[in-house]
Amino acid sequence: MLEIKNLHANINGKEILKGLNLTVKAGEIHAIMGPNGAGKSTLASVLTGNPAFEVTEGKVIFEGKDLLELNPEERASEGIFLSFQYPVEIPGVSMVNFMRAAINEQRKYRGQEPIAATDFLRMMREKKELVEMDNKLTNRSVNEGFSGGEKKRNEIFQMAMLNPKLSILDETDSGLDIDALRIVANGVNKLKTPDNASIVITHYQRLLDYIIPDFVHVLYDGKIVKTGDKYLALELEEKGYDWLK
Amino acid sequence: MNNTDTNNRANPVSSPSVKSGGAELQYIELYSQHHETIKKHSADVLNEGRDEAFKKFCALGFPDSRLENYKYTDLSESLTVDYGLNINRVRFAVNPYDVFKCDVPGISSYLYFVVNEGFYPVSTPRNETLPEGVIIGSLKTAAEEHSELVKKYFGKLSVKQNDGLVAFNGTFAQDGFFMYVPENVTIDKPVQLVNILRSNADFMANSHNLVILEKGAKAKLLVCDHTVDDVRFFSNRVTEVFVGENASYEHYKLENVHNKTTNLCTLLVDQDTCSSFLGNVITLHNGLTRNTVEIDLDGEHCETLMCGMALSDKNQQIDNFTSVIHNKPNSHSSELFKYVLDDSAKGGFTGKLYVAKDAQKTQAYQTNKNILLKGTAKMRTKPQLEIYADDVKCSHGATIGQLDDKAMFYMRQRGITEKEARLLLMYAFTADVIDNIRIDALQDRIKLLVEKRLRGELSKCEGCVICK
Repeated sequence: MLEIKNLHANINGKEILKGLNLTVKAGEIHAIMGPNGAGKSTLASVLTGNPAFEVTEGKVIFEGKDLLELNPEERASEGIFLSFQYPVEIPGVSMVNFMRAAINEQRKYRGQEPIAATDFLRMMREKKELVEMDNKLTNRSVNEGFSGGEKKRNEIFQMAMLNPKLSILDETDSGLDIDALRIVANGVNKLKTPDNASIVITHYQRLLDYIIPDFVHVLYDGKIVKTGDKYLALELEEKGYDWLK
Repeated sequence: MNNTDTNNRANPVSSPSVKSGGAELQYIELYSQHHETIKKHSADVLNEGRDEAFKKFCALGFPDSRLENYKYTDLSESLTVDYGLNINRVRFAVNPYDVFKCDVPGISSYLYFVVNEGFYPVSTPRNETLPEGVIIGSLKTAAEEHSELVKKYFGKLSVKQNDGLVAFNGTFAQDGFFMYVPENVTIDKPVQLVNILRSNADFMANSHNLVILEKGAKAKLLVCDHTVDDVRFFSNRVTEVFVGENASYEHYKLENVHNKTTNLCTLLVDQDTCSSFLGNVITLHNGLTRNTVEIDLDGEHCETLMCGMALSDKNQQIDNFTSVIHNKPNSHSSELFKYVLDDSAKGGFTGKLYVAKDAQKTQAYQTNKNILLKGTAKMRTKPQLEIYADDVKCSHGATIGQLDDKAMFYMRQRGITEKEARLLLMYAFTADVIDNIRIDALQDRIKLLVEKRLRGELSKCEGCVICK
């Protein structure tokens, strides 16, 4: 599904990714762990086309297409979803309008008709239940005045609505209490199918108790320095990252 | 003169009594020669202050950008045009119903037209059911038929203004719109006044509107400004509004004119005890616009909300100059203005707030937020607070910025195209001004027009027959 080869990327002239390789196949969950500043969030930003980052070298192929040639909205419509570490508040844009615009723009990209109003509302209702989201939140502006937990839940809700092929969860566990974490993880697990894949970026092993990864990668100084199974995460929790240097 | 053979066109002749050697000359000459004609085609009550206004104009001249209050309005180019004036009050052969196609759908209103500066005497069936005692019509006619009433109010606010444009209006305005709502009467539907500018040659219109709400009266007025012909227009309008004790008045001005229009509107409001006033000036498409708004709170416990919004691009200029004057204690005023400026558009906002020494417990708030879409667009914003009372709550805030990059990326990551994301953000930005429109059908209409405008589908003014 996704193949990253020798990826180098800069922000403000500073090299953050220094030759990263990663292959993700349909049905897999990959966890990416690593210390602060290793480049975990940069990877998420580069894959989704954040204009603040510059790719200097390397290749990213997604479903046979050169991902780096596509702009952010095209990547999204191709099926890449990012659950933001810091979801953005957009005052004045209601959740309903935002979601409808996103779905219809993606449908348009794929040459489909806009979604029927009744289908849209039914889908909203179903997906809200999935992440146990308060009805009131969808009547408000996007993320405006949401608590940390509500924002993260809202990310998973949007993921459910958009049904991506590849979802990237960037520090989805940060700022969540145990109950919220369980709800969010539960949502992610329910959305899992043999046809989609996830990259879970996290600092802590905690989230991986709920979302069981097929692979755990350690990202250190812009490169993946070690790959293992879910037990690697436990080992990291115990020993820290120093032994990998 | 190109228009009808009875139009007078001023000739620039030098005159010793003039403040500056500028554009004033031809108009001073015009008045000196034709003041009899001007008066003949107006009403006695409206003529009373005319010579005084003329003297004042001679002394003040047209305001230029060297004046503090006109820093952000540059009339110099507009005043180089040789405009025709219709001082003989020749009626323009136009049926406003043919010209005016952009009625607000679904709005149930009493509908009136002013073509150039003349009230168009057509009564529609839906106007026949006006509540008892309400007078709506031509100011000139009202000044003749209800001279005592008009005399009591006419010019009472404008005479106090030390402003060249107001003096100019006092010199040349012969007619306008008049609305009177008697004590404790509520006009059940909004009154809609459509101002249409039409002419075959460059044209100047001076009109004076007068709105009177007696004690406990309630009314909503929607003023729509439109241009029809592809010529230069110079419109200079003064509107005086008296909101009586416990009365409630809403004033909406929707501007959708072509970019060869200079649209100068002075709105003077006097509020009595416990009255409420809501003003909302929306500029969707324009050339050069200046809204001067002065609201005098002359009673206690008044409520005032003044809003405005401008969407401008190309070389358009928009300046909202507002003053809120708290003369008495315990009133509450707030202002909210938002601008989205693109290309080389220039915007100006001044929020003057005066709190007199005795106006204790005043609460006054002011917000002006602006988005510049290009580096070439310019916005100047100026809060100007003069507070002489010591027990008040006043605040002001102004921001000038771009669209939020983070929000843009967030939306694009969900598949929303850059263009659409920009649109949603701009639309969201103006939403709170639109939310302050308290006529549902109008709110829906403005939402639609704003969206069209932001999509670039309203590059000319909506509804014109000429603009294609």
